[in-house]
Amino acid sequence: MSPSLSGDLTPSESIFKGIKDAEIDFIVSVPCANLGKLINMVEEDPDILHLPVTREEEGVGVCAGAYMGGKRPAMLMQNSGLGNSINALASLNMLYKIPLLMVISHRGVLGEPIVAQVPMGELTTKLFDTMDIPYFIPEKDTDPADMVSKAWELASEKKMPVAVLLPIQFWRKQ
Amino acid sequence: MKRIDAINEIVSKTKATDALLVANIGIPCKELHHVCDMPNNFYMLGSMGLASSIGLGLALSRPDKKVITIDGDGSVLMNMGTLATIASVQPENYLLVIVDNRAYGSTGNQPTATSKNTDLAEVAKGAGNNEVYEVDTSETLRETLSSVDNGIIVVKAEPGNTDAPVIGMSPETIIKRFMDISAL
Repeated sequence: MSPSLSGDLTPSESIFKGIKDAEIDFIVSVPCANLGKLINMVEEDPDILHLPVTREEEGVGVCAGAYMGGKRPAMLMQNSGLGNSINALASLNMLYKIPLLMVISHRGVLGEPIVAQVPMGELTTKLFDTMDIPYFIPEKDTDPADMVSKAWELASEKKMPVAVLLPIQFWRKQ
Repeated sequence: MKRIDAINEIVSKTKATDALLVANIGIPCKELHHVCDMPNNFYMLGSMGLASSIGLGLALSRPDKKVITIDGDGSVLMNMGTLATIASVQPENYLLVIVDNRAYGSTGNQPTATSKNTDLAEVAKGAGNNEVYEVDTSETLRETLSSVDNGIIVVKAEPGNTDAPVIGMSPETIIKRFMDISAL
């Protein structure tokens, strides 16, 4: 997979561009090694309120509150955190029709060195399919920034969570 | 005192300060709805543990509004990281009231860890919150609420529920009328 990037942007810069294009102004994060540079960019942006949280499920709650306060919320997370967020995504976001952009480092896929990442790596798309939560995956010829802003547009229009899944290969050009 | 007594005091505070009020899952929501249904009440019907997190997101997004969350001991124990996250920002407009009746009130009053050795006020302080109060009567709660707009109040209460009926409103209605106020 070699997604075409926006101009000469690095993977982190292209995702950040998409976040800015979508006018996301509230972000919670739980780190992943692949998200390090992106989290720094978000932290330094004066127009984004960034709050590190302790756990992804907690982040779903904080983002729901931010949406109710008029913000455009996103969560930066690793796919392992999907496992602890499912009840909140269903009984908060799906129940009340609350949008959320999830920017996810997808571990446990091709190129993964840590065996413990593999089970959730393989379950991630199945869990999203089961929950009817749409997800975007970068492909050849897709612009990652466009993909991110389209994901937010869909979340906002359908009033539901939408994920962007960014696999190990995507981050290789950092 | 029981949870319902705390809810009565919190409702008075909410009205006096025109606050946004987030209510915890289960009987707390029903009791608040029964005591005083207002558009600025958000009834969290699912997602156990996240009332304090929703309130935090609201408070950070609307620094011009006061935000109060009614939470419970069982729910805070389920999302204890929330106390650390709140401590990391401590918004001046955010007040978290934890009604600690030492029981999972909505599921039959099974004892929680606070019925044994856990002290939530100490946990909140240890997590780094500077404004933590502990009260055990309606009078001291009222007194504290009259002078405090932010931080965490742990209300030591007895277990016990009223027979407040189920909320008839749909989730869509609850959030729409709430956001007519909260998202302006």
